[in-house]
Amino acid sequence: MAKSALLKSSIAKKYWMALTGLFLCLFLAGHLAGNLQLLVPNNALNFNQYALFMTTNPAVKILSYLTYISILFHAIDGFLLTYQNAKARPIGYAKTNPSANSSFSSRNMAVLGTIVLIFIVTHMVNFWAKMHYDKNMPLAQKETLAQTGKKQIQLVGIKDSQMPFFQLDESGKLSKEFFENIKTQTQGQYDLEIQDVTKIVNKKDGEVIFQGYKDLYKLTIDFFRDAKYGLIFTIGYVLAMFALGFHLWHGFSSAFQSLGLNGPKYTPAIKFFGKAFSVVVPLLFAIIPLYIHFTK
Amino acid sequence: MSTAKNININLKIWRQKNAKEKGGIVDYKLDNVSTASSFLEMLDQLNEQLINSKQEPVAFDHDCREGICGMCSLYINGRAHGPETGTTTCQLHMRKFKDGDTIYIEPFRSKAFPVVKDLVVDRSSFDRIQQAGGFVSVNTSGNTIDANSIPVPKDDADKSFMAAACIGCGACVASCKNGSAMLFVGAKVSQYALLPQGKVEAATRVQNMVRQMDEEGFGNCTNTGACEVECPKGISLENIARMNREFLKASL
Ligand code: HEM
Ligand code: SF4
Ligand code: FES
Repeated sequence: MAKSALLKSSIAKKYWMALTGLFLCLFLAGHLAGNLQLLVPNNALNFNQYALFMTTNPAVKILSYLTYISILFHAIDGFLLTYQNAKARPIGYAKTNPSANSSFSSRNMAVLGTIVLIFIVTHMVNFWAKMHYDKNMPLAQKETLAQTGKKQIQLVGIKDSQMPFFQLDESGKLSKEFFENIKTQTQGQYDLEIQDVTKIVNKKDGEVIFQGYKDLYKLTIDFFRDAKYGLIFTIGYVLAMFALGFHLWHGFSSAFQSLGLNGPKYTPAIKFFGKAFSVVVPLLFAIIPLYIHFTK
Repeated sequence: MSTAKNININLKIWRQKNAKEKGGIVDYKLDNVSTASSFLEMLDQLNEQLINSKQEPVAFDHDCREGICGMCSLYINGRAHGPETGTTTCQLHMRKFKDGDTIYIEPFRSKAFPVVKDLVVDRSSFDRIQQAGGFVSVNTSGNTIDANSIPVPKDDADKSFMAAACIGCGACVASCKNGSAMLFVGAKVSQYALLPQGKVEAATRVQNMVRQMDEEGFGNCTNTGACEVECPKGISLENIARMNREFLKASL
Protein backbone atom coordinates (compact mmCIF):
# COMPACT_ATOMS: atom_id res chain seq x y z
CA MET A 1 0.00 0.00 0.00
CA ALA A 2 2.72 2.40 1.00
CA LYS A 3 4.43 2.39 -2.40
CA SER A 4 1.40 2.89 -4.58
CA ALA A 5 0.06 5.47 -2.15
CA LEU A 6 3.20 7.51 -2.67
CA LEU A 7 2.40 7.80 -6.37
CA LYS A 8 -1.35 7.78 -6.61
CA SER A 9 -2.94 9.34 -3.56
CA SER A 10 -4.12 12.92 -3.56
CA ILE A 11 -1.51 13.92 -1.02
CA ALA A 12 1.34 12.23 -2.86
CA LYS A 13 0.48 14.19 -5.99
CA LYS A 14 0.88 17.31 -3.90
CA TYR A 15 4.35 16.26 -2.75
CA TRP A 16 5.42 15.75 -6.33
CA MET A 17 3.94 19.06 -7.44
CA ALA A 18 5.74 20.77 -4.60
CA LEU A 19 9.11 19.04 -5.04
CA THR A 20 9.22 19.53 -8.80
CA GLY A 21 7.92 23.10 -8.44
CA LEU A 22 10.59 24.02 -5.91
CA PHE A 23 13.29 22.39 -7.99
CA LEU A 24 12.12 24.48 -10.93
CA CYS A 25 12.44 27.57 -8.73
CA LEU A 26 16.09 26.66 -8.17
CA PHE A 27 16.47 26.16 -11.90
CA LEU A 28 14.98 29.60 -12.49
CA ALA A 29 17.48 31.22 -10.14
CA GLY A 30 20.39 29.53 -11.95
CA HIS A 31 19.05 30.30 -15.40
CA LEU A 32 18.54 33.93 -14.41
CA ALA A 33 22.11 34.29 -13.22
CA GLY A 34 23.26 33.11 -16.66
CA ASN A 35 20.90 35.34 -18.60
CA LEU A 36 21.85 38.45 -16.68
CA GLN A 37 25.23 38.32 -18.44
CA LEU A 38 23.34 39.52 -21.51
CA LEU A 39 22.94 42.89 -19.84
CA VAL A 40 26.71 43.45 -19.79
CA PRO A 41 27.69 45.30 -22.99
CA ASN A 42 30.06 43.56 -25.44
CA ASN A 43 29.95 40.40 -23.42
CA ALA A 44 29.70 37.97 -26.33
CA LEU A 45 32.78 35.93 -25.50
CA ASN A 46 31.88 35.40 -21.84
CA PHE A 47 28.31 34.58 -22.67
CA ASN A 48 29.22 32.10 -25.39
CA GLN A 49 31.78 30.43 -23.15
CA TYR A 50 29.09 30.15 -20.49
CA ALA A 51 26.64 28.71 -23.05
CA LEU A 52 29.20 26.10 -24.10
CA PHE A 53 29.82 25.19 -20.47
CA MET A 54 26.09 24.80 -19.85
CA THR A 55 25.66 22.45 -22.81
CA THR A 56 28.71 20.28 -22.20
CA ASN A 57 29.57 20.12 -18.50
CA PRO A 58 28.53 16.70 -17.10
CA ALA A 59 27.30 18.07 -13.75
CA VAL A 60 25.19 20.63 -15.55
CA LYS A 61 23.90 17.85 -17.81
CA ILE A 62 22.58 15.94 -14.82
CA LEU A 63 20.86 19.08 -13.55
CA SER A 64 19.36 19.80 -16.94
CA TYR A 65 17.94 16.28 -17.23
CA LEU A 66 16.44 16.72 -13.77
CA THR A 67 14.93 19.96 -15.02
CA TYR A 68 13.40 18.34 -18.13
CA ILE A 69 11.92 15.58 -15.99
CA SER A 70 10.61 18.07 -13.44
CA ILE A 71 8.88 20.18 -16.07
CA LEU A 72 7.28 17.09 -17.64
CA PHE A 73 6.23 15.60 -14.33
CA HIS A 74 5.01 18.91 -12.94
CA ALA A 75 2.95 19.63 -16.05
CA ILE A 76 1.47 16.12 -16.34
CA ASP A 77 0.68 15.96 -12.63
CA GLY A 78 -0.77 19.46 -12.80
CA PHE A 79 -3.08 18.56 -15.68
CA LEU A 80 -4.12 15.36 -13.90
CA LEU A 81 -4.92 17.26 -10.72
CA THR A 82 -6.90 19.85 -12.62
CA TYR A 83 -8.86 17.18 -14.47
CA GLN A 84 -9.67 15.28 -11.26
CA ASN A 85 -10.63 18.48 -9.50
CA ALA A 86 -13.02 19.42 -12.27
CA LYS A 87 -14.66 16.01 -11.88
CA ALA A 88 -15.07 16.50 -8.13
CA ARG A 89 -17.81 19.07 -8.77
CA PRO A 90 -19.87 17.86 -11.74
CA ILE A 91 -22.61 20.46 -11.19
CA GLY A 92 -21.32 23.95 -10.58
CA TYR A 93 -22.81 26.87 -8.71
CA ALA A 94 -25.08 29.44 -10.36
CA LYS A 95 -23.60 32.19 -8.21
CA THR A 96 -20.02 32.29 -7.02
CA ASN A 97 -17.94 34.81 -5.17
CA PRO A 98 -14.44 33.35 -5.34
CA SER A 99 -12.51 36.51 -4.53
CA ALA A 100 -14.15 36.53 -1.10
CA ASN A 101 -12.00 33.67 0.09
CA SER A 102 -9.02 33.08 -2.20
CA SER A 103 -6.46 34.85 -4.36
CA PHE A 104 -6.51 35.13 -8.15
CA SER A 105 -3.23 33.24 -8.48
CA SER A 106 -4.31 30.35 -6.31
CA ARG A 107 -7.43 29.81 -8.39
CA ASN A 108 -5.66 29.97 -11.75
CA MET A 109 -2.58 27.84 -11.27
CA ALA A 110 -3.44 25.54 -14.17
CA VAL A 111 -4.02 28.37 -16.63
CA LEU A 112 -0.90 30.22 -15.51
CA GLY A 113 1.10 26.99 -15.63
CA THR A 114 -0.13 26.26 -19.13
CA ILE A 115 0.99 29.70 -20.30
CA VAL A 116 4.37 29.02 -18.73
CA LEU A 117 4.48 25.61 -20.44
CA ILE A 118 3.74 27.13 -23.85
CA PHE A 119 6.44 29.67 -23.19
CA ILE A 120 8.94 26.98 -22.19
CA VAL A 121 8.27 25.02 -25.37
CA THR A 122 8.64 28.01 -27.70
CA HIS A 123 11.66 29.19 -25.76
CA MET A 124 13.30 25.80 -26.19
CA VAL A 125 12.55 25.72 -29.89
CA ASN A 126 14.03 29.19 -30.33
CA PHE A 127 17.18 28.81 -28.26
CA TRP A 128 17.77 25.42 -26.71
CA ALA A 129 17.13 23.35 -29.85
CA LYS A 130 19.28 25.68 -31.97
CA MET A 131 22.13 25.50 -29.49
CA HIS A 132 21.92 21.72 -29.37
CA TYR A 133 21.02 20.62 -32.86
CA ASP A 134 21.17 23.43 -35.41
CA LYS A 135 23.91 22.57 -37.92
CA ASN A 136 23.78 26.10 -39.30
CA MET A 137 24.22 27.78 -35.95
CA PRO A 138 26.58 30.71 -36.52
CA LEU A 139 30.02 30.52 -34.93
CA ALA A 140 31.20 33.37 -32.78
CA GLN A 141 33.28 35.82 -34.77
CA LYS A 142 34.88 39.20 -34.49
CA GLU A 143 35.54 41.89 -37.01
CA THR A 144 39.13 42.93 -37.67
CA LEU A 145 40.82 45.21 -40.12
CA ALA A 146 42.96 43.45 -42.68
CA GLN A 147 46.19 45.01 -43.90
CA THR A 148 44.37 46.28 -46.94
CA GLY A 149 42.22 48.38 -44.61
CA LYS A 150 39.17 46.27 -45.36
CA LYS A 151 37.01 44.86 -42.64
CA GLN A 152 37.43 41.14 -42.29
CA ILE A 153 36.01 38.54 -40.04
CA GLN A 154 37.78 36.11 -37.76
CA LEU A 155 36.16 33.23 -35.93
CA VAL A 156 36.53 33.19 -32.16
CA GLY A 157 37.70 29.87 -30.79
CA ILE A 158 38.13 28.01 -27.57
CA LYS A 159 41.34 28.37 -25.56
CA ASP A 160 42.57 31.19 -27.76
CA SER A 161 43.00 28.84 -30.70
CA GLN A 162 43.16 31.36 -33.49
CA MET A 163 41.54 30.90 -36.82
CA PRO A 164 44.30 31.85 -39.20
CA PHE A 165 42.13 32.63 -42.18
CA PHE A 166 39.77 35.49 -42.61
CA GLN A 167 37.18 34.11 -44.91
CA LEU A 168 33.48 33.65 -44.43
CA ASP A 169 30.65 33.85 -46.90
CA GLU A 170 27.82 36.33 -46.47
CA SER A 171 25.81 34.02 -44.22
CA GLY A 172 28.70 33.83 -41.78
CA LYS A 173 29.61 30.29 -42.77
CA LEU A 174 32.97 29.15 -44.07
CA SER A 175 32.90 29.15 -47.86
CA LYS A 176 33.58 26.08 -50.01
CA GLU A 177 36.44 27.89 -51.73
CA PHE A 178 38.07 28.35 -48.37
CA PHE A 179 38.38 24.61 -47.86
CA GLU A 180 39.53 24.03 -51.43
CA ASN A 181 42.14 26.78 -51.19
CA ILE A 182 43.67 25.24 -48.13
CA LYS A 183 43.74 21.81 -49.71
CA THR A 184 45.62 23.05 -52.76
CA GLN A 185 47.90 25.40 -50.82
CA THR A 186 49.06 22.56 -48.55
CA GLN A 187 49.23 20.02 -51.35
CA GLY A 188 46.50 17.92 -49.76
CA GLN A 189 48.14 17.90 -46.32
CA TYR A 190 45.14 19.68 -44.85
CA ASP A 191 41.77 18.40 -45.97
CA LEU A 192 39.43 20.22 -43.61
CA GLU A 193 35.78 19.76 -42.73
CA ILE A 194 33.40 21.01 -40.03
CA GLN A 195 32.28 18.48 -37.46
CA ASP A 196 29.79 18.79 -34.59
CA VAL A 197 28.95 22.29 -35.78
CA THR A 198 31.86 23.92 -34.00
CA LYS A 199 34.98 21.87 -34.84
CA ILE A 200 37.20 22.17 -37.89
CA VAL A 201 38.98 18.86 -38.31
CA ASN A 202 41.64 17.61 -40.67
CA LYS A 203 40.09 14.56 -42.33
CA LYS A 204 43.55 13.09 -42.94
CA ASP A 205 44.55 12.51 -39.33
CA GLY A 206 41.54 13.64 -37.31
CA GLU A 207 43.47 16.54 -35.81
CA VAL A 208 41.24 19.32 -34.48
CA ILE A 209 42.57 22.45 -36.12
CA PHE A 210 40.11 24.83 -34.59
CA GLN A 211 37.15 24.86 -32.29
CA GLY A 212 34.79 27.82 -32.29
CA TYR A 213 31.93 28.90 -30.11
CA LYS A 214 28.36 28.71 -31.23
CA ASP A 215 27.21 32.27 -31.18
CA LEU A 216 24.22 32.06 -28.83
CA TYR A 217 24.85 35.68 -27.91
CA LYS A 218 24.32 36.86 -31.49
CA LEU A 219 21.34 34.55 -31.89
CA THR A 220 19.70 36.04 -28.80
CA ILE A 221 20.42 39.65 -29.68
CA ASP A 222 19.22 39.14 -33.27
CA PHE A 223 16.10 37.37 -32.04
CA PHE A 224 14.88 40.26 -29.91
CA ARG A 225 16.07 42.90 -32.38
CA ASP A 226 14.47 41.21 -35.39
CA ALA A 227 13.07 43.96 -37.58
CA LYS A 228 9.77 42.18 -38.12
CA TYR A 229 9.11 40.07 -35.03
CA GLY A 230 11.51 41.42 -32.40
CA LEU A 231 8.85 43.49 -30.69
CA ILE A 232 6.34 40.64 -30.67
CA PHE A 233 8.92 38.25 -29.22
CA THR A 234 9.79 40.80 -26.56
CA ILE A 235 6.16 41.39 -25.61
CA GLY A 236 5.45 37.65 -25.56
CA TYR A 237 8.42 37.09 -23.30
CA VAL A 238 7.33 39.80 -20.89
CA LEU A 239 3.74 38.48 -20.77
CA ALA A 240 5.01 34.97 -20.03
CA MET A 241 7.02 36.40 -17.15
CA PHE A 242 3.83 37.94 -15.77
CA ALA A 243 2.22 34.50 -15.86
CA LEU A 244 5.26 33.00 -14.16
CA GLY A 245 5.16 35.70 -11.50
CA PHE A 246 1.52 35.03 -10.67
CA HIS A 247 2.17 31.26 -10.73
CA LEU A 248 4.90 31.68 -8.16
CA TRP A 249 3.00 34.29 -6.13
CA HIS A 250 0.87 31.41 -4.94
CA GLY A 251 3.09 28.48 -5.83
CA PHE A 252 6.21 29.17 -3.81
CA SER A 253 4.67 29.20 -0.34
CA SER A 254 2.04 26.68 -1.41
CA ALA A 255 4.77 24.11 -2.00
CA PHE A 256 5.85 24.34 1.63
CA GLN A 257 2.28 23.85 2.80
CA SER A 258 2.03 20.77 0.52
CA LEU A 259 5.18 19.34 2.04
CA GLY A 260 3.67 19.76 5.49
CA LEU A 261 5.62 22.82 6.56
CA ASN A 262 3.23 25.27 8.12
CA GLY A 263 3.69 26.86 11.49
CA PRO A 264 3.95 30.24 13.15
CA LYS A 265 7.75 29.99 13.22
CA TYR A 266 8.59 29.69 9.53
CA THR A 267 5.47 30.36 7.50
CA PRO A 268 5.59 34.18 7.61
CA ALA A 269 9.21 34.13 6.43
CA ILE A 270 8.45 31.58 3.69
CA LYS A 271 5.51 33.65 2.49
CA PHE A 272 7.57 36.82 2.42
CA PHE A 273 10.43 35.19 0.55
CA GLY A 274 8.01 33.55 -1.90
CA LYS A 275 6.36 36.86 -2.77
CA ALA A 276 9.73 38.56 -3.17
CA PHE A 277 10.97 35.70 -5.37
CA SER A 278 7.85 35.77 -7.52
CA VAL A 279 8.29 39.49 -8.20
CA VAL A 280 12.06 39.82 -8.49
CA VAL A 281 12.90 36.76 -10.59
CA PRO A 282 10.34 37.25 -13.41
CA LEU A 283 11.06 40.99 -13.38
CA LEU A 284 14.80 40.48 -13.90
CA PHE A 285 14.10 37.90 -16.62
CA ALA A 286 11.80 40.36 -18.38
CA ILE A 287 14.24 43.27 -18.24
CA ILE A 288 16.71 41.39 -20.45
CA PRO A 289 14.68 41.21 -23.71
CA LEU A 290 13.35 44.71 -23.05
CA TYR A 291 16.90 45.99 -22.74
CA ILE A 292 18.04 44.14 -25.85
CA HIS A 293 15.10 45.23 -27.95
CA PHE A 294 15.04 48.89 -26.96
CA THR A 295 18.79 49.55 -27.09
CA LYS A 296 19.32 48.58 -30.72
CA MET B 1 -30.72 48.91 20.54
CA SER B 2 -33.12 46.99 18.40
CA THR B 3 -33.05 48.36 14.90
CA ALA B 4 -35.21 45.56 13.56
CA LYS B 5 -37.26 46.40 10.53
CA ASN B 6 -38.87 44.45 7.76
CA ILE B 7 -37.34 43.96 4.32
CA ASN B 8 -38.58 42.53 1.03
CA ILE B 9 -36.23 40.17 -0.76
CA ASN B 10 -35.95 38.16 -3.98
CA LEU B 11 -34.84 34.57 -3.65
CA LYS B 12 -33.27 32.33 -6.27
CA ILE B 13 -33.39 28.85 -4.85
CA TRP B 14 -32.22 25.51 -6.26
CA ARG B 15 -35.23 23.18 -6.48
CA GLN B 16 -34.77 19.52 -7.25
CA LYS B 17 -37.47 16.90 -6.67
CA ASN B 18 -35.12 14.06 -5.84
CA ALA B 19 -31.63 12.68 -6.42
CA LYS B 20 -32.51 11.48 -9.94
CA GLU B 21 -34.39 14.44 -11.35
CA LYS B 22 -32.69 17.47 -12.87
CA GLY B 23 -33.01 20.57 -10.77
CA GLY B 24 -32.99 24.27 -11.49
CA ILE B 25 -33.10 27.73 -9.95
CA VAL B 26 -36.60 28.97 -9.07
CA ASP B 27 -37.38 32.62 -8.25
CA TYR B 28 -39.43 33.63 -5.18
CA LYS B 29 -40.44 36.95 -3.71
CA LEU B 30 -40.63 37.15 0.06
CA ASP B 31 -42.02 40.26 1.73
CA ASN B 32 -41.95 41.45 5.31
CA VAL B 33 -38.91 39.53 6.50
CA SER B 34 -37.83 40.78 9.90
CA THR B 35 -34.12 41.65 10.01
CA ALA B 36 -34.14 40.17 13.49
CA SER B 37 -34.94 36.72 12.14
CA SER B 38 -32.29 34.17 11.32
CA PHE B 39 -31.65 32.98 7.78
CA LEU B 40 -33.30 29.65 8.48
CA GLU B 41 -36.32 31.41 10.00
CA MET B 42 -36.57 33.36 6.76
CA LEU B 43 -36.70 30.01 4.92
CA ASP B 44 -39.36 28.82 7.41
CA GLN B 45 -41.35 31.92 6.52
CA LEU B 46 -40.98 31.17 2.80
CA ASN B 47 -42.10 27.58 3.36
CA GLU B 48 -45.16 28.77 5.24
CA GLN B 49 -46.00 30.97 2.28
CA LEU B 50 -45.46 28.04 -0.09
CA ILE B 51 -47.56 25.64 1.99
CA ASN B 52 -50.36 28.20 2.26
CA SER B 53 -50.43 28.43 -1.52
CA LYS B 54 -50.36 24.63 -1.79
CA GLN B 55 -46.82 24.39 -3.13
CA GLU B 56 -44.03 22.04 -2.12
CA PRO B 57 -41.90 23.63 0.65
CA VAL B 58 -38.15 23.97 0.16
CA ALA B 59 -36.24 21.14 1.81
CA PHE B 60 -33.13 22.22 3.73
CA ASP B 61 -31.02 20.70 6.47
CA HIS B 62 -30.93 22.01 10.02
CA ASP B 63 -30.94 20.68 13.55
CA CYS B 64 -29.48 22.52 16.53
CA ARG B 65 -29.85 26.03 15.07
CA GLU B 66 -27.10 27.24 17.36
CA GLY B 67 -23.96 26.47 15.39
CA ILE B 68 -22.84 23.25 17.02
CA CYS B 69 -24.24 20.30 15.10
CA GLY B 70 -23.02 21.00 11.58
CA MET B 71 -26.29 20.00 10.02
CA CYS B 72 -27.24 23.27 8.31
CA SER B 73 -25.51 23.96 5.03
CA LEU B 74 -26.49 26.20 2.06
CA TYR B 75 -24.39 28.09 -0.45
CA ILE B 76 -25.65 31.65 -0.11
CA ASN B 77 -24.75 34.28 -2.70
CA GLY B 78 -21.67 32.34 -3.70
CA ARG B 79 -20.41 31.54 -0.22
CA ALA B 80 -20.82 28.55 2.07
CA HIS B 81 -22.93 29.50 5.11
CA GLY B 82 -23.43 32.96 3.66
CA PRO B 83 -21.54 36.25 3.72
CA GLU B 84 -20.38 36.11 7.32
CA THR B 85 -17.21 34.28 8.29
CA GLY B 86 -16.92 32.13 11.38
CA THR B 87 -20.61 31.31 11.46
CA THR B 88 -22.91 28.56 10.31
CA THR B 89 -26.04 29.30 8.27
CA CYS B 90 -28.20 28.94 11.38
CA GLN B 91 -26.16 31.72 13.00
CA LEU B 92 -26.63 34.05 10.03
CA HIS B 93 -29.21 36.80 10.45
CA MET B 94 -31.31 38.69 7.99
CA ARG B 95 -29.85 42.00 9.23
CA LYS B 96 -26.90 41.12 7.00
CA PHE B 97 -29.18 41.74 3.98
CA LYS B 98 -30.76 44.86 2.57
CA ASP B 99 -34.23 45.62 1.33
CA GLY B 100 -34.57 44.53 -2.29
CA ASP B 101 -31.59 42.15 -2.19
CA THR B 102 -31.50 39.12 -4.45
CA ILE B 103 -30.23 36.07 -2.62
CA TYR B 104 -29.05 32.91 -4.36
CA ILE B 105 -29.47 29.76 -2.27
CA GLU B 106 -27.87 26.59 -3.59
CA PRO B 107 -26.92 23.23 -2.11
CA PHE B 108 -23.30 22.42 -1.21
CA ARG B 109 -21.85 21.12 -4.49
CA SER B 110 -19.56 18.12 -4.60
CA LYS B 111 -19.51 14.79 -6.37
CA ALA B 112 -19.28 13.25 -2.91
CA PHE B 113 -22.27 15.27 -1.63
CA PRO B 114 -25.11 14.20 -3.95
CA VAL B 115 -28.31 16.24 -3.72
CA VAL B 116 -31.10 14.35 -2.00
CA LYS B 117 -33.77 16.99 -2.48
CA ASP B 118 -33.70 20.76 -3.07
CA LEU B 119 -31.00 22.06 -0.73
CA VAL B 120 -30.45 18.82 1.18
CA VAL B 121 -27.26 16.93 0.34
CA ASP B 122 -26.03 13.54 1.46
CA ARG B 123 -22.85 14.09 3.48
CA SER B 124 -22.44 10.46 4.58
CA SER B 125 -19.13 10.40 2.68
CA PHE B 126 -17.79 12.30 5.70
CA ASP B 127 -19.12 9.58 8.00
CA ARG B 128 -17.35 6.91 5.95
CA ILE B 129 -14.07 8.84 6.14
CA GLN B 130 -14.52 9.11 9.88
CA GLN B 131 -15.28 5.40 10.16
CA ALA B 132 -12.14 4.59 8.19
CA GLY B 133 -9.91 5.83 11.00
CA GLY B 134 -11.25 8.79 12.93
CA PHE B 135 -11.27 7.07 16.29
CA VAL B 136 -9.07 5.65 19.02
CA SER B 137 -9.41 1.93 19.72
CA VAL B 138 -9.83 1.13 23.43
CA ASN B 139 -10.89 -1.93 25.34
CA THR B 140 -14.22 -1.32 26.99
CA SER B 141 -13.32 -3.61 29.87
CA GLY B 142 -14.91 -1.38 32.45
CA ASN B 143 -11.56 -0.42 33.93
CA THR B 144 -11.81 3.13 32.72
CA ILE B 145 -8.51 4.93 33.16
CA ASP B 146 -8.51 8.42 34.52
CA ALA B 147 -7.97 10.70 31.53
CA ASN B 148 -5.52 12.87 33.43
CA SER B 149 -3.17 9.97 34.14
CA ILE B 150 -1.55 10.51 30.73
CA PRO B 151 0.24 13.84 30.67
CA VAL B 152 -0.42 15.96 27.58
CA PRO B 153 1.54 19.15 26.85
CA LYS B 154 -0.77 22.15 27.04
CA ASP B 155 0.15 23.34 23.56
CA ASP B 156 -0.69 19.96 22.00
CA ALA B 157 -3.94 19.74 23.92
CA ASP B 158 -4.94 23.21 22.70
CA LYS B 159 -4.17 22.39 19.08
CA SER B 160 -6.01 19.10 19.33
CA PHE B 161 -9.07 20.79 20.80
CA MET B 162 -8.97 23.44 18.11
CA ALA B 163 -8.96 20.71 15.46
CA ALA B 164 -11.72 18.86 17.29
CA ALA B 165 -13.94 21.93 16.95
CA CYS B 166 -14.74 20.75 13.39
CA ILE B 167 -18.47 20.02 13.17
CA GLY B 168 -18.26 18.14 9.87
CA CYS B 169 -20.52 20.61 8.09
CA GLY B 170 -18.78 20.35 4.72
CA ALA B 171 -18.44 24.08 4.10
CA CYS B 172 -14.77 23.50 3.34
CA VAL B 173 -15.68 21.13 0.49
CA ALA B 174 -18.45 23.42 -0.74
CA SER B 175 -16.26 26.50 -0.96
CA CYS B 176 -13.17 24.78 -2.36
CA LYS B 177 -12.84 25.25 -6.11
CA ASN B 178 -11.43 21.72 -6.21
CA GLY B 179 -14.13 20.20 -4.01
CA SER B 180 -11.39 18.99 -1.69
CA ALA B 181 -12.15 17.63 1.77
CA MET B 182 -8.65 18.09 3.11
CA LEU B 183 -9.54 20.63 5.80
CA PHE B 184 -12.08 18.25 7.29
CA VAL B 185 -9.79 15.23 7.07
CA GLY B 186 -6.82 17.31 8.23
CA ALA B 187 -8.77 18.36 11.31
CA LYS B 188 -9.84 14.80 12.09
CA VAL B 189 -6.33 13.42 11.60
CA SER B 190 -4.77 16.19 13.69
CA GLN B 191 -7.21 15.94 16.52
CA TYR B 192 -5.94 12.43 17.28
CA ALA B 193 -2.35 12.64 16.03
CA LEU B 194 -1.60 15.38 18.56
CA LEU B 195 -2.56 13.30 21.58
CA PRO B 196 -0.65 10.37 23.05
CA GLN B 197 -3.76 8.19 22.91
CA GLY B 198 -4.09 8.83 19.19
CA LYS B 199 -0.41 8.47 18.25
CA VAL B 200 -0.55 4.66 18.52
CA GLU B 201 -2.74 4.31 15.44
CA ALA B 202 -1.56 7.49 13.72
CA ALA B 203 -0.02 5.79 10.67
CA THR B 204 -2.90 3.51 9.75
CA ARG B 205 -5.41 6.22 10.59
CA VAL B 206 -4.03 8.80 8.17
CA GLN B 207 -3.58 6.23 5.41
CA ASN B 208 -7.08 4.83 5.75
CA MET B 209 -8.78 8.18 6.04
CA VAL B 210 -6.94 9.62 3.03
CA ARG B 211 -7.68 6.51 0.98
CA GLN B 212 -11.37 6.78 1.86
CA MET B 213 -11.34 10.49 1.06
CA ASP B 214 -9.90 9.79 -2.40
CA GLU B 215 -12.35 6.96 -3.03
CA GLU B 216 -15.31 9.19 -2.23
CA GLY B 217 -14.33 11.42 -5.14
CA PHE B 218 -13.24 14.57 -3.34
CA GLY B 219 -10.81 16.76 -5.26
CA ASN B 220 -7.16 17.49 -4.61
CA CYS B 221 -6.14 20.45 -2.49
CA THR B 222 -4.18 23.21 -4.22
CA ASN B 223 -3.86 25.36 -1.11
CA THR B 224 -6.17 28.17 -2.20
CA GLY B 225 -7.14 28.58 1.44
CA ALA B 226 -10.84 29.15 0.70
CA CYS B 227 -11.81 26.44 3.20
CA GLU B 228 -10.00 28.14 6.07
CA VAL B 229 -11.80 31.43 5.32
CA GLU B 230 -15.24 29.82 5.11
CA CYS B 231 -14.94 27.26 7.91
CA PRO B 232 -17.43 28.25 10.63
CA LYS B 233 -15.12 26.83 13.27
CA GLY B 234 -11.89 28.51 12.21
CA ILE B 235 -10.07 25.25 11.44
CA SER B 236 -6.57 26.25 10.29
CA LEU B 237 -4.65 25.17 7.18
CA GLU B 238 -1.95 24.02 9.60
CA ASN B 239 -4.09 20.91 10.04
CA ILE B 240 -3.75 20.07 6.33
CA ALA B 241 0.00 20.52 6.61
CA ARG B 242 0.03 18.23 9.64
CA MET B 243 -1.98 15.62 7.74
CA ASN B 244 0.51 15.85 4.85
CA ARG B 245 3.37 15.31 7.31
CA GLU B 246 1.60 12.41 8.97
CA PHE B 247 0.89 10.86 5.59
CA LEU B 248 4.51 11.17 4.50
CA LYS B 249 5.70 9.63 7.78
CA ALA B 250 3.24 6.78 7.38
CA SER B 251 4.14 6.10 3.74
CA LEU B 252 7.92 6.05 3.98
C1 HEM C 1 9.46 27.18 -14.39
C2 HEM C 1 8.29 26.73 -14.33
C3 HEM C 1 7.45 26.43 -13.11
C4 HEM C 1 7.69 26.63 -11.77
C5 HEM C 1 8.92 27.23 -11.14
C6 HEM C 1 6.53 26.15 -11.05
C7 HEM C 1 6.39 26.17 -9.68
C8 HEM C 1 5.28 25.71 -9.01
C9 HEM C 1 5.15 25.62 -7.59
C10 HEM C 1 6.24 25.98 -6.58
C11 HEM C 1 3.89 25.15 -7.32
C12 HEM C 1 3.29 24.89 -5.95
C13 HEM C 1 3.26 23.42 -5.64
C14 HEM C 1 2.36 23.10 -4.48
O1 HEM C 1 1.44 23.84 -4.18
O2 HEM C 1 2.58 22.07 -3.87
C15 HEM C 1 3.23 24.94 -8.56
C16 HEM C 1 1.93 24.48 -8.67
C17 HEM C 1 1.30 24.22 -9.87
N1 HEM C 1 1.88 24.25 -11.12
FE1 HEM C 1 3.73 24.98 -11.53
N2 HEM C 1 5.62 25.66 -11.95
C18 HEM C 1 6.14 25.82 -13.21
C19 HEM C 1 5.57 25.43 -14.39
C20 HEM C 1 4.32 24.83 -14.51
C21 HEM C 1 3.82 24.30 -15.74
C22 HEM C 1 4.58 24.25 -17.05
C23 HEM C 1 2.59 23.83 -15.47
C24 HEM C 1 1.77 23.18 -16.53
C25 HEM C 1 0.57 23.04 -16.65
C26 HEM C 1 2.29 24.06 -14.06
C27 HEM C 1 1.11 23.76 -13.40
C28 HEM C 1 0.92 23.87 -12.04
C29 HEM C 1 -0.32 23.61 -11.36
C30 HEM C 1 -1.63 23.15 -11.98
C31 HEM C 1 -0.08 23.84 -9.99
C32 HEM C 1 -1.11 23.74 -8.88
C33 HEM C 1 -1.09 22.40 -8.25
C34 HEM C 1 -1.06 22.44 -6.74
O3 HEM C 1 -1.01 23.52 -6.16
O4 HEM C 1 -1.08 21.37 -6.14
N3 HEM C 1 3.39 24.67 -13.50
N4 HEM C 1 4.09 25.28 -9.58
S1 SF4 D 1 -13.26 21.84 8.68
FE1 SF4 D 1 -14.68 23.54 9.09
S2 SF4 D 1 -15.81 23.75 7.19
FE2 SF4 D 1 -14.83 21.75 7.10
S3 SF4 D 1 -16.32 20.32 7.91
FE3 SF4 D 1 -15.07 20.97 9.67
S4 SF4 D 1 -16.17 22.71 10.52
FE4 SF4 D 1 -17.04 22.40 8.49
S1 FES E 1 -28.23 23.77 12.56
FE1 FES E 1 -26.68 22.97 13.84
S2 FES E 1 -24.98 24.07 13.18
FE2 FES E 1 -26.54 25.04 12.07
